[in-house]
Amino acid sequence: MKSGKFWAWVVFIVGAAYFFIPLLATVEFSLRMRRGVHSFDAYQIVLGDARFQSTFLYSVVAAVFTIILGVLIVVPAAYWIRLRLPQLRPIVEFITLLPLVIPAIVIVFGYIRMYGSNSPLPFLGSNLGANALLVIGYATLALPYMYRAVDTGLRTIDVRTLTEAAQILGAGWGTIIGRVILPNVLIAVLSGAFLTFAIVIGEFTMASLLNRPAFGPYLQNIGANRAYEPAALAIIAFAITWGCMSLIQILSRFAPKSANRPN
Amino acid sequence: MAEPFLSIQHVRKSYGSNTVVQDFSLDVEPGEFVSFLGPSGCGKTTVLRMVAGFEEPSAGKIVVAGKDITRLKPNQRNVGMVFQAYALFPNLTVAQNIAFGLKVAGMSKADADKRVAEMLDMIKLPQMADRYPYQLSGGQQQRIALARAIAPKPKLLLLDEPLSALDAKVRVSLREEIRSIQKKLGITTIFVTHDQEEALSISDRIAVMYGGKAEQVGTPFEIYNRPATKFVANFVGTLNVLEGTVTDAAAGTVRVNSEQVSLKGKLNGSKSGDTLSLALRPEAISLGRQPGRDSSLSGEISEVHFLGSVIRVRVGIGGNTVSLDTFNSPATPPPAVGEKAEISFSSSDMLVLH
Repeated sequence: MKSGKFWAWVVFIVGAAYFFIPLLATVEFSLRMRRGVHSFDAYQIVLGDARFQSTFLYSVVAAVFTIILGVLIVVPAAYWIRLRLPQLRPIVEFITLLPLVIPAIVIVFGYIRMYGSNSPLPFLGSNLGANALLVIGYATLALPYMYRAVDTGLRTIDVRTLTEAAQILGAGWGTIIGRVILPNVLIAVLSGAFLTFAIVIGEFTMASLLNRPAFGPYLQNIGANRAYEPAALAIIAFAITWGCMSLIQILSRFAPKSANRPN
Repeated sequence: MAEPFLSIQHVRKSYGSNTVVQDFSLDVEPGEFVSFLGPSGCGKTTVLRMVAGFEEPSAGKIVVAGKDITRLKPNQRNVGMVFQAYALFPNLTVAQNIAFGLKVAGMSKADADKRVAEMLDMIKLPQMADRYPYQLSGGQQQRIALARAIAPKPKLLLLDEPLSALDAKVRVSLREEIRSIQKKLGITTIFVTHDQEEALSISDRIAVMYGGKAEQVGTPFEIYNRPATKFVANFVGTLNVLEGTVTDAAAGTVRVNSEQVSLKGKLNGSKSGDTLSLALRPEAISLGRQPGRDSSLSGEISEVHFLGSVIRVRVGIGGNTVSLDTFNSPATPPPAVGEKAEISFSSSDMLVLH
């Protein structure tokens, strides 16, 4: 074996060990609930817990609404910037990066100050309002991922020519976005959607400070009070995230081939 | 004269201080095939895009079938367009691409299906209905793009360099197909190209553009044989340019490399002693004295290129070089470099470039 290849394998094995040993240790620990034997007791307890089901369902619903809101904001914005306002791209990219720089706790405190029950927009005065505010907050947190995914998708198609081709055939903006642009960036949108899903499922700060019954605070609560169940929950959360990533890979195989550019 | 179908009236387009189209006017008859020919940046695509509605003129008016469409949006103009980059929708099949405009117009599915089948027959690709654009060759994609543009029965067809991305062989066959379909449907068509052969071979008329203006508008025969400006003469076809000095303006004689050439009636406004640029097409020149050719010049053969059926010869005449083609004859060896040679031509074929 050539020395280059040998060292490549060494680096790969060390890297893999760095990621997988803690994961395997967590799996192993989560199976130790029953003394002396390995069992799925911790998983049974977690999955059977009514709070697990309700908080998980809440977060799934919140994730779905976050994805819808994100798509409605990001797709037309990214499309319009590519089509008509390319000079604004650096500014918009900077804005979309802000949620990575500004901690969620700062954003949520801002929300509480701005939308408290005594404010002109009392989102926090009702359950529905607080839920809506949480979804808005999540859409903000997911913005860097959603925007980049959609923008990358738009880069693979000739947005201007496709738009003009649809326009000259009589299409209005709704038809152009719905029937031409969105289907051609659907895989990118789905990538953004799954990343959003993964973020929302595990998010703690916003849900906790807005006092929402989401999966993140439940995870934290279990982690603080139990021994084996948090390990089982971590593995479940990891499996969900991993499943989302795999779905992105699978769906990307069905992306429409880009044939709109000449050879 | 009949009312023009498309009338572009004193159109101008500026981006800030940069004027890309200046005072462009053109009337196009119903069913006419007009090409905009010119180098990159001459404004030909900008004029086409203003007709399509993608650019708004800074001044001027565009009228189609008596209706002012200058401020209408592209989707309100009922104009078909084929793009250089094909612009087929990658997510739709061939049939869905062709049906796109029909669906947008609200045509029923049965009628749309019938029209799509007609279109596919017209472009001779009936078996391709269920394919996706990425499964087609460039030539096939452009034929589908043509079918898609024609399907909604537009008033006007705009072709924006539709053959530029194709290889030479496909380009020739597709341009003939485009012309035959256009003639069959009688649709008024504007074709933008920078390829003179393309423009000369399929157009009813050509507008040669340069610097945002139409240098000359005329039939291919007029454009090639009677170029109105130096630019048109140089841009369309191959041209030999010779410098000459007017020796007698009244008699119309010009000296070219110490030999006199009579150009009576062509020197409008020139005075004796003026220097002129004179041009000759290669096919107007013969090697040696030929009957019917009233002028000749002497020189020396500087280059000979054997191209198979044709031999391209360059003859140095004073400070000028003249290029001409002679047919290959197996019985006659090609001329040799360094040989003295005489070229002859009809003075009526000589163009005076202004």
